[in-house]
Amino acid sequence: MIDLPKPNPAVLARRGEILAALHALVPDGPFGQGVIGDPHRLRAYETDGLSAYRQPPLAVVLPATTEEVAAVLRYCHQNGIRVIPRGAGTSLSGGALPLADAVVVGMMRMNRILEVNTADRYAVVEAGVTNIGITQAVSAEGFFYAPDPSSQLACMIGGNVMMNSGGAHCLKYGVTAGNLLGVKFVTIEGEVVEIGGQYLDAAGYDWLGLITGSEGQLGMVTEVTVRILRAAEGARAMLAAFRANEVAGQAVDAIIASGIIPVALEFMDRPAIHACEAFAQAGYPLDAEAMLIIEVEGSTEEQDTLLARLKEICARFDPISLRVAETPEESLAIWKGRKGAFGAVGRISPDYLCMDGTIPTGELPHVLRRIGEMSDSYGLLVANIFHAGDGNLHPLIMFDANDPESFRKAETFGADILKLCVEVGGCLTGEHGVGVEKRDLMPVQFTAAELAQQRRIKSAFDPQWLLNPAKVFPLEGNPALAPAA
Amino acid sequence: MSVATEALAPADEAGIVEAVREAAASRTPLAIEGHGSKRGMLRPVQAGRTLSTAGLTGITLHKPAELVLSARAGTPVAEIEAALARHNQMLAAEPPDFSVLSGHDRPATLGGMVAASLSGPRRIAASGALRDQVLGLRAVTGRAEVIRSGGRVHKNVTGLDLCKLLAGSHGTLGVLTEITLKLAPRPEAGLTLAVGVADLAAGVAALSTGLGSPFGVTGAALLPRGMAELGLSGPTALLRLEDMAQFLPHRAGRLRQDLAGFGAVTLVEGEASQALWRAVRDARPLQAAPEDAVWRLSVKPSAGPAVARRLEEAFGARMLLDWGGGLVWAAGPATDAAHAAVMAAAQAAGGTFLLFRAPDSLRSAVPVLPEEPPALAGIAARVKAAMDPEGLLNPGRLRG
Repeated sequence: MIDLPKPNPAVLARRGEILAALHALVPDGPFGQGVIGDPHRLRAYETDGLSAYRQPPLAVVLPATTEEVAAVLRYCHQNGIRVIPRGAGTSLSGGALPLADAVVVGMMRMNRILEVNTADRYAVVEAGVTNIGITQAVSAEGFFYAPDPSSQLACMIGGNVMMNSGGAHCLKYGVTAGNLLGVKFVTIEGEVVEIGGQYLDAAGYDWLGLITGSEGQLGMVTEVTVRILRAAEGARAMLAAFRANEVAGQAVDAIIASGIIPVALEFMDRPAIHACEAFAQAGYPLDAEAMLIIEVEGSTEEQDTLLARLKEICARFDPISLRVAETPEESLAIWKGRKGAFGAVGRISPDYLCMDGTIPTGELPHVLRRIGEMSDSYGLLVANIFHAGDGNLHPLIMFDANDPESFRKAETFGADILKLCVEVGGCLTGEHGVGVEKRDLMPVQFTAAELAQQRRIKSAFDPQWLLNPAKVFPLEGNPALAPAA
Repeated sequence: MSVATEALAPADEAGIVEAVREAAASRTPLAIEGHGSKRGMLRPVQAGRTLSTAGLTGITLHKPAELVLSARAGTPVAEIEAALARHNQMLAAEPPDFSVLSGHDRPATLGGMVAASLSGPRRIAASGALRDQVLGLRAVTGRAEVIRSGGRVHKNVTGLDLCKLLAGSHGTLGVLTEITLKLAPRPEAGLTLAVGVADLAAGVAALSTGLGSPFGVTGAALLPRGMAELGLSGPTALLRLEDMAQFLPHRAGRLRQDLAGFGAVTLVEGEASQALWRAVRDARPLQAAPEDAVWRLSVKPSAGPAVARRLEEAFGARMLLDWGGGLVWAAGPATDAAHAAVMAAAQAAGGTFLLFRAPDSLRSAVPVLPEEPPALAGIAARVKAAMDPEGLLNPGRLRG
């Protein structure tokens, strides 16, 4: 288990006074309380998508306006109280894990869509609007918001900004950072700053780019201006199954080298295929070692042309089966297994860790072989799902949470996979963030000088380290964050 | 004044580290550049010595099947583009070549391109910004330390994204030594629909129609004075389509129908279409005279025509609109009054501006970028101190 900083006893002792002060700043609204202090209700906020770690906070505050967020941060800053920003709590890296002496600032009451402008192709939304909510607000006019993390029904745009979320379609449309125009940013001192706006590329330092993916280390975001794009006329998928991971990897290389950028290019290994097929009966070939789902966009004729060309490329690699969807319904069937992958693995094993490294795509066969060896030596099953076009690998390590030894092994196995990702030229996290989960692995990827430089940038925004402390940066050597005894 | 009296051009990163360390010891600020092709941008640097990355050359990694390229900072952009062309690939941001606009033939380097973070017409397409294509970099900070950020993979959210901070920092936070970029396949074919429109407002509406269509428009520019060589004398909207050759006739036909209400549509194909977009990319239609100032404003596209009208009335600006009408290039007299008009127009439109080029007398006397609000200015000063505590790197480049 990971170390957390020692709670500040002076803050814990002032709990009643802090709750009253927060309540004065954030009154109850028609849809719920502004401040939560009841220990039973705080338990709802004790964890996020990384449920192995739990810690109820001192209090939860749910502001309804930017001014209220600013007032809360100003109060916490003046009183030396730690702050944990929270969207929907779907982080898979523990990005929203509370601390015992921290105030969780939740964005769920700030859920209004403020403006949609299809002529200028942007939407202004509050940070608590869900990812899918943006697309739903613009889809009647044929537009969409491109990044689509698998949690998109629940996750909030403010959290997407803070984690620079990706999704299955970023091969063509890029990640969150490439789809933003501006944010309303609140500093720990409670100053409200407009960064960017309704235009591209603000002059000067790229604050928008730095804040995106900063995991709540630099400030909070209360409003987001996103780019919206016109949706393609249609999309369709094909499935290609191969005899070996190496061969499927070669097919991926051949597709990218051909100049076709599919809108999605997903890879599943044998355990993933079997788990998904048992769960979804999507008709996946059980005799295959590896399978690709490839999706293209365009008019029906364009889809036909692209799929025919992709089929031709895949056919050069002695496939076990090739199945091109003739209709949108067949396309959905192909996706059905992949979309249910996490649930499918959950049926085999009630507990699993979802890892998130990125590797150069050419290293895939080598990395999968090494993961297979590790799986044998740890005695834990693993299924691999891979965004093959961009190298983002999601091994799902299955373990038994009732057995502490099994959990410890799963964590060590996961860490070994991430170290391997760095060793072959990749990185610790492609889209889930460092959070608490990968915090102590940061020295694997960065030198001491590099980490010190990143910490100095953090300090430039948050000199007292009150914002989401104990995430991203190892605690070691940071006096503001001494571990609990 | 830019009085770089002494030039250092080390052959490797270790030499850059040594030069920065020596600068710290002797308290001599450095002007950071490649070949100096963007020396005239923003404010003159107040430094007694120039540190050039021109000696750090060469492509260090190119994996066509992974759409990734790494090169040292002093590698000429033209060399990289030529290497990519051999694999039918390209730099997706379509970075401009400003030798015409700047009136010199010093080659642009990869380091300068990223440090200035300039994107061309393809910025308007999905993930078209140069800074979004910077997957990783190495840099020497003002502390004479080598740092890396990002890497060589497409998806990476590990730690704070210093690639974004350094891209566009104009050498004020670190000296870039090596950069890794995400590449794009070169489209098989391209064509342009040129629409003779009634006025700029109609032109931007035509561009919005194209950008709001499902046909994948990858360029959307507006020439206020038309194009004599195509027989277009009035304002002309340009919309570019690129993809597999067999897809284009259908898409062009559909788009042409959508645009019919805006004016006569001329089809420009092949090399003529490519030449047209190179001209837009490099802001050639501005025809800026050597003594002119040149500004770049970015506003929401529908605000572009009002900005253009203000600048025309204020100082008879010659203009070019790109990015669907949101990027306004303007050329005119290098006077305080003209600059004040640009600042006022950008502010009124809720946008941003940059003094791209001007005589030293103007660019050292005025803000060349919008002022930051006090809270952000404080953060900026602390970030600068975190990266370059002695203020050695490109002092005065962005702000006075």
